[in-house]
Amino acid sequence: MDVLVFLVPVALGLGLIGLAAFFWSLNNRQYEDLEGASLRVLSDDDLPDA
Amino acid sequence: MAEAVDFSAFVTARPDGACEMQLAVEGVHCAGCMAKIERTLGTMPGVTNARLNFTNRRLTVDWRKGEVEPGAIVEKLETIGYRAHPFAHAAEDEEARQAAFLLRCLAVAGFAAMNIMLLSVSVWSGNFTDITPETRDFFHWLSALIALPAAAYAGQPFFRSALNALRHRSLNMDVPISLGVLLALGLSVFETAISARHAYFDSAVMLLFFLLAGRYLDLLMRKKTRALAGNISALKAEVAHRLEGGRVTTVPVVALRPDDEIMVKPGERVPADGVLLAGTSEIDESLVTGETALKRVQPGDAVYSGSMNFDGALTLRVTAAGERSLLGEVERLLEVANARRSKYLRLADRAAQLYAPMVHLTAALTLFGWLAFGGGWHMSIVTAITVLIITCPCALALAVPAVQVVATGALFRSGVLLFSGDAVERLAEADTVVFDKTGTLTLPEPRLANARDIAPDLLETAARLALASRHPLAKAVARESQDKRPVAGAVEEPGSGVRATIDGAEARLGSPAFCGIDLSAAEQAEANSVIAFRHGARTAVFQVRQTLRSDAASVIVALQAKGLDVRILSGDRNEAVAEVAAALGVADWRGGIKPAEKIAVLEELKAGGRKVLMVGDGLNDAPALAAAAVSLSPITAADLTQAQADAVFLGERLQPVLDGVEVARRARRLMQQNLWLAVIYNAIAVPIAIAGLVTPLIAALAMSGSSILVTLNALRAGGRRPAPGEQAAQEVPAMLPIGACH
Repeated sequence: MDVLVFLVPVALGLGLIGLAAFFWSLNNRQYEDLEGASLRVLSDDDLPDA
Repeated sequence: MAEAVDFSAFVTARPDGACEMQLAVEGVHCAGCMAKIERTLGTMPGVTNARLNFTNRRLTVDWRKGEVEPGAIVEKLETIGYRAHPFAHAAEDEEARQAAFLLRCLAVAGFAAMNIMLLSVSVWSGNFTDITPETRDFFHWLSALIALPAAAYAGQPFFRSALNALRHRSLNMDVPISLGVLLALGLSVFETAISARHAYFDSAVMLLFFLLAGRYLDLLMRKKTRALAGNISALKAEVAHRLEGGRVTTVPVVALRPDDEIMVKPGERVPADGVLLAGTSEIDESLVTGETALKRVQPGDAVYSGSMNFDGALTLRVTAAGERSLLGEVERLLEVANARRSKYLRLADRAAQLYAPMVHLTAALTLFGWLAFGGGWHMSIVTAITVLIITCPCALALAVPAVQVVATGALFRSGVLLFSGDAVERLAEADTVVFDKTGTLTLPEPRLANARDIAPDLLETAARLALASRHPLAKAVARESQDKRPVAGAVEEPGSGVRATIDGAEARLGSPAFCGIDLSAAEQAEANSVIAFRHGARTAVFQVRQTLRSDAASVIVALQAKGLDVRILSGDRNEAVAEVAAALGVADWRGGIKPAEKIAVLEELKAGGRKVLMVGDGLNDAPALAAAAVSLSPITAADLTQAQADAVFLGERLQPVLDGVEVARRARRLMQQNLWLAVIYNAIAVPIAIAGLVTPLIAALAMSGSSILVTLNALRAGGRRPAPGEQAAQEVPAMLPIGACH
């Protein structure tokens, strides 16, 4: 069961990275306009004007 | 927009020298609108950033200081077809912070629950196979390491609320929740320390996760409702003409300060309370007192915000502006009404007051029972605590909020915006409805009463001519026009009317004398509400009256059919009220009553054990709304009045009042069902716990099972969704992406 010494910190670390990413996105105000985000992905504003 | 408005009151200067303004935008339907608005504003010189929030229809614009005139942004949006108005956003910031905090707690609880469950499942399966005690202890300690800090953080909303309740010597649902979580954690740490087989870290954290999800959704729904109401009030775009050293500037009403001098043109509403300095006029105070007859005012008289100025230009000195704009008497009555208002005890809290002592008693009996039957200290305590854990009211605490979220959404779709959290429950309990008349049963603006008696082509000509006038009577005529383009070359003669040449003949709309028409004796009696029209040789006399909302009669019949006692209390004259009451079939009505008397009537009803739903819009209704058990206002109501109401309804129909009562009653039935489901769950689970047979696996299954069951039942509160394009959906234009786009 020595492998646990290695696996447990890895599992926890991955979870913590996920949590940190969520906090980052929250502070980055990414949850303030959920409906808008679903529409913005369709717009081609990253292309030069056609 | 005809005149430039000074919007500087809405602009926030940021420390880096940039300026920022938020605007509520009307008419945004799709991704195309969003891109169009952002791209158009982006091309304005000086604008550094423009971003539209599609969820709450708010636009944030940043620009370099001094390079953009705020009014120009509004005008630019108007040229591409969107009406926008700046928005003061301070009030909603607190709720946004709360929502962010709950979301953070939810994330921590979610992270902890997932990781602990991973460890717990290993232990559970290991207990059936060959897990070594060392590995099990290690997993338990690891769970403790995650669960303790996570619960300390994510449990804050519950711990705080529970402490608060205990400090006031009462019990709410958060007390047993907090106790259950803390005991589960404490017992698990103890059991881990003596390397026992069972620990309950997963149950404690999962419980927090479920409950936080319920609360977050509840808050989110309320945030959405408030944002829409905020947009509607911003888009009313109320402006005032301020006199500064002889020059007139147009400013938003919120920018007015006491002692400002303002000018009110004929046909405009008085924007703030004030004392008349110059000018005489007739004003309509129906929004203030409910009285529909006009009142003559002269210099020295006090005028109140919301009154409609009929004929003369007025100059007044503002006595109190913005939110403090109040009649002294109404303010005093409001204080009394609010002080006397008993705190409503919510269904869930009432359940908690029964539930909490019972659960704690059961746990105590379990402890002493096992001790008496020789279970030993350790076994007795562990069993007693598992009873507390398994009864920790997860389903019970979700039973009410889950229904509330769904019900608030259903109300939102039928055009009722709910502000207070417990209003659904109070609305469901109402057994008496008291309506105000003016602006509530009737439409807020007067309408043409005899349109059907007049030749359609003559009416259309008159209506198009009326578009050129600002006079309130002319506006009622203008409403009838099919073609919304005003007649070219129309001239308004102040105090008389408008005239223009149409199809080669002179057309005049205004006072009977101006049109050369003699009134009959009957028409003479109500000369105040009569407007005359002459086109060549053809003439017409229009009667302008307060008209009932189109569905008022049917809604009142439906309310009565639901067993509600419908009454009318109005500040208007007895004759006017009697007419409306007769038309609607309401037997119990009173007219000519003052705000204090309205409260007295409500108190009397309350003393008789009635639960009163008050529906009103006037400033004179504000104290009555505060005194009633639950209150509704139309969105056209005075701001102060809206602030007292538990909910506002949109649109020109009365239907939302009926829908509101229906949804609330269905929601309350479901809340009660949910509470019973929770009781049944306990009736099954508690004996198992008392018998000492509950393992962590059973606890986890039972708790999440009951929560899911209750949430599924709550979804039924929404009822039938109206298909897009139906009436209900059309009345909530700003937030629902419906219809085609330009």
